[in-house]
Amino acid sequence: MTADLMLPRAFRITKVRRELADTFTLVLAPDDDGPVPPFQPGQFNMLYVPGVGEVPISISGDPAQPETLIHTTRAVGAVTKAMWSLKAGQSIGVRGPFGSSWPVEAALGDDVVIVAGGIGLAPLRPLIHAVMARRAEFGKVLILYGARTPDDILFDKQVRDWRGRFDLSVHVTVDRATGTWSGNVGVVTKLIKRGGFDPHHTTAYVCGPEVMMRYAADALVAKGVASTNIWLSMERNMKCAIGFCGHCQWGGRFVCKDGPVFNHAAVADLLPLTDF
Amino acid sequence: MVNVEGLDTLLHSHPFFQGMDEGMLEFIAGCAANERFEAGDMVFREGGPADKFYVVRHGIIAVEVGVPGRGKATLQTLHEDDVLGWSWLVPPYRWTFDARAATLTRVISLDAVCLRAKMAENHEMAYHLLMRFTAVMAERLHAARMQMLDLYAPGGGPEGDRGP
Amino acid sequence: MSTASGILSRNDLSALFDALAARGLEVIGPTVSEGAIVLAPLDGPDALPAGWTDVQAPGAYRLHPRDDGALFGHTTPVGGWKRFLHPPTVRLFQAATTADGFTITEGAPPPPRQAFLGVRACDLTAITRLDAVFQGNPFTDPIYAGRRAGAFIIAVTCAQAGPMCFCASMDSGPDLRAPYDVALTEILESDHRFLLEAGSAEGAALLADLPLTPATDRDTAARDRQITQAADQTRALPPGTAERLGRMLDHAHWNAVAARCLSCGNCTMSCPTCFCATVEDSSSLDGATAERHRVWDSCFSLDFSYIHGGSVRESGASRYRQWMTHKLSSWHDQFGTSGCVGCGRCITWCPVGIDITEEAATFAAVDAARHPVEA
Repeated sequence: MTADLMLPRAFRITKVRRELADTFTLVLAPDDDGPVPPFQPGQFNMLYVPGVGEVPISISGDPAQPETLIHTTRAVGAVTKAMWSLKAGQSIGVRGPFGSSWPVEAALGDDVVIVAGGIGLAPLRPLIHAVMARRAEFGKVLILYGARTPDDILFDKQVRDWRGRFDLSVHVTVDRATGTWSGNVGVVTKLIKRGGFDPHHTTAYVCGPEVMMRYAADALVAKGVASTNIWLSMERNMKCAIGFCGHCQWGGRFVCKDGPVFNHAAVADLLPLTDF
Repeated sequence: MVNVEGLDTLLHSHPFFQGMDEGMLEFIAGCAANERFEAGDMVFREGGPADKFYVVRHGIIAVEVGVPGRGKATLQTLHEDDVLGWSWLVPPYRWTFDARAATLTRVISLDAVCLRAKMAENHEMAYHLLMRFTAVMAERLHAARMQMLDLYAPGGGPEGDRGP
Repeated sequence: MSTASGILSRNDLSALFDALAARGLEVIGPTVSEGAIVLAPLDGPDALPAGWTDVQAPGAYRLHPRDDGALFGHTTPVGGWKRFLHPPTVRLFQAATTADGFTITEGAPPPPRQAFLGVRACDLTAITRLDAVFQGNPFTDPIYAGRRAGAFIIAVTCAQAGPMCFCASMDSGPDLRAPYDVALTEILESDHRFLLEAGSAEGAALLADLPLTPATDRDTAARDRQITQAADQTRALPPGTAERLGRMLDHAHWNAVAARCLSCGNCTMSCPTCFCATVEDSSSLDGATAERHRVWDSCFSLDFSYIHGGSVRESGASRYRQWMTHKLSSWHDQFGTSGCVGCGRCITWCPVGIDITEEAATFAAVDAARHPVEA
């Protein structure tokens, strides 16, 4: 039976972090002080604001520390706006974790290219944690991150920390330069074109707006990365997260249980059909 | 200072010129020079005569436009192996934006006056150069359109919150 | 599996209702309501649509009297059995709320125990289609599973096909293709009677409680004759539809259908296998309780595919395509079968009479013209 998966469990907000003008992070702990289920990088939870509604949000914390449940999201809809106004000490409902995950094992021995666009860095952060936890088992590790403006760089302190590491190449680009920004200006696909990895031995993980993922995957393929070595995370309307409500169907796939992480080769034909 | 043989080798190994025949490369190398810009140096200014183009060897060049009241806005940054400038191909041969070295930058500059004259008489070479510039333009146009979409803007379909 | 069978006289039909009631089962079956034959709780045999039949056409449904007093002499009732297994609205939970949090106080209501009287072959297959969706996909919906486990199924032999029927081309009828507890065949000869055949141990036990007389070859022959008669159907789904639609996703004909489609969602509501639902969250005015209900939804609504910023399927064409390709094509990828059982309800209840078999035939014709060698 799946009764437990259909009932939200109350989690207390232990910390609220305002990340960007409209983006925030909630750190959660169960009200009942019971164990927090482990999660795989790329999986999501359904977060419920009592009486308001429920939305799927990727987990953005470290999979090695599942007891610290972290979600980063943007206040864009009724539910996330209600969530934005919550404070530490208040509780929300959590169901999950659900869905497929970034296959870390697929990259063993390969170069790892992580391509993020905008808030797409949040669902990729658990993967970055997982890769860095066993850094020696991979070749080069690159994070290529495109943001809207320098003020929209998510987890900027952590991004700076990553940049300071010698075993990790981090390249950030912005669509529009503002202020004293002296870094890259241009789209994230340009960072892919510049390379710095061995395309024939690379596994790539891409997350961002669908258009960005489509072109990023094309750029990776043009560079010589096999389509089967590219992974994407899709976004669709979801009500149940367990394949009953039908909302997240994408052709024969349920994004909630067959995804959200898909292999590019399996979905490349569908990607340009943007109203399917 | 200018070592034609050294430049010939540099151009040979550069992706932009890959596949061009020896004779053409030799001629192009004859129009080439090494240049170096300190961080902050202007490479060219909007409205100035577009009598060169550049291949970046090392460093970062920012393509900028002055916006009254907002100072300089950077439109894109160019890096190792990128090509800077195509106004030399389009009359009246004036730069349409500013280009400034953002860091210490080394480039190969190519004399456009010399190339334009050669291309007028050698259409074979003109074809090979234009094909390469068309690819650069297509990439820049694609990137500009992507930037125009403002994909990461609120409501632009960001990832993370998968529902209303 | 039992082979128990027997004949129940028309006059003894109330014994069947009594036996079901004795088992604590609420009997759901066909009855006349608001000018149509619908499925609803029945008090007894008198509630059955005696002497009525239905006449269906694209966008049209009428009741007509028949002079033989038949109780099951109609074709598909309005709506299928879906609503009794997957309710149109059901509470998922209730919670007590405070300013700082919430506690779940109630889950879903306990499932009713129901007997389904008069399940036709297409609808019986439809139940197995829903089983695949809600039970072990890999998740199991406790609401569906609870109702399904308690359901006692009395299937009925179809004596004739309606003009909308195409189960014969969907591998879902007219003979019963899925498990049932009892199969009922109505025989309208000089003595109006029912052939009852058990399909399960529970069915055999029920039959043992009824005043039956032995069935003869004449009775089983009458049943077989009915099935043969019902196989005579005027509509069919063209072969190869599943694969064909999957590669014609960007064909212009979707726009032609969409130009007629009102996006009303009647097809999805009347379909016995359409399972999509949304959730509605609400809270009491005093803020003390919050509830969530699951409510049927339709892929024809704009909200269905909404992600902040807009709907994925803005156009009517994309929404009709979603429905038809899901039903006839991607359902195969998801569950290994078609999502369509050929009941024809979507044709009857479409206000503009869009005919799914005709649209599938148009795609087949266009495809054949495109690939003349294969045709």
